[in-house]
Amino acid sequence: MIAALLKRDLGLLVPGGRGGGSVLPLLFFLAVAMLYPFAVGPDAQLLARTGGGVIWVAALLAAILPLEKLVTDDLEAGVFDQLHLRGVSEELAMAVRLFAHWLAFGPLLLLATLPAAALLGLSGETTRTVLLGLLAGTPGLAAVGLAVAALTASLRGGAALAGLMVIPLAVPILIFGAGALARPDPGALLLTGAISLGLCALAPFAAGAAIRAARQA
Amino acid sequence: MQARLVAKDIACRRGERLLFRGLSLACEAGDAYHITGANGIGKSSLIRILAGLMQPFAGAVEREGAMGLVDERLALDGNRSLGQALAFWEGLDGSRDPGRAIQLLQLGPLMDVPVRYLSTGQKKRAALARLINRGSPIWLLDEPLNGLDGEAQKTFEALIAIHCSGGGIAVVASHQPIALPSPRILDLARYAA
Repeated sequence: MIAALLKRDLGLLVPGGRGGGSVLPLLFFLAVAMLYPFAVGPDAQLLARTGGGVIWVAALLAAILPLEKLVTDDLEAGVFDQLHLRGVSEELAMAVRLFAHWLAFGPLLLLATLPAAALLGLSGETTRTVLLGLLAGTPGLAAVGLAVAALTASLRGGAALAGLMVIPLAVPILIFGAGALARPDPGALLLTGAISLGLCALAPFAAGAAIRAARQA
Repeated sequence: MQARLVAKDIACRRGERLLFRGLSLACEAGDAYHITGANGIGKSSLIRILAGLMQPFAGAVEREGAMGLVDERLALDGNRSLGQALAFWEGLDGSRDPGRAIQLLQLGPLMDVPVRYLSTGQKKRAALARLINRGSPIWLLDEPLNGLDGEAQKTFEALIAIHCSGGGIAVVASHQPIALPSPRILDLARYAA
């Protein structure tokens, strides 16, 4: 059952193919990395020093873009109602969707980080820290995004609101994830991972409760 | 196990409005209920309460047996072909003979068409095919005839009769007349608050 759910969710969310997700968040992410040197000038030292942080901000904002499709369509189509009648709890459906959501944007974002790092002239060491940080942080971003998408799914103009709500909730991930660039020890990365795991554990319950609450309204 | 669906003294509130109260119904195997009433009187809400998707404001519902629901939300992916969209649910339900419902509801030629290109009636037939493939003993139907042409209506009425004669329960909310096997009529206006 979980496999069937995951297969359907991946079909909805992974970019490419018919009816799949969009590659726009990735292009947006790369566009930021491309535009930043134009905006601040070709000072290689400045770019190398600030580039990691720019990648983090771009990743956070790119993670907001796919939220609109994440829950709303299925909620309106009654998919969660039908799953409920089949004994699939909202929490399970949301946990599967969280995994699918991360699979659909996390690995591709990590891949896109390589050309972005090249555009910003980051050193190998910095690129490695950014990649590890994103690997630790993107599950948390996905979890925050899912919970917020479920909370705002039944609201008018929910997508815009979701974007605004994700930003403050994602700040801890950004602080520690990007903070790892400034410190040589791995503590910040580990903290990022810990925050991510905590958020991933909480998000399915928050999102599941939001879907049930939306039914009563 | 015999299917059973019992609602005891339930009331339904939407926002600040109490829609109905003091409603009880008891469905044993083979029963068919026809819920009637004007628009907005709470037919859909009653179906959703019976399905367990909404909490009643008061009272309780007991269910024995799996439930299948057809309402205005079709839960079929618009971008997929009808065959793929139905296959997802058939997989979850472990349907044994999905071809039969497809044939009965004449969906065969549509299986390759993306769901979003289907007409209202065709989508409804697809949702009914999923209901039949599920093989659940309790059917909760909210306006199942909406959008169906005369022939499809007759086919579906016959399918309900087969379902009930096989020990199934059907609760149908419909503002239009529907032929059910020895139906019990439940007029929601009598329970309006």
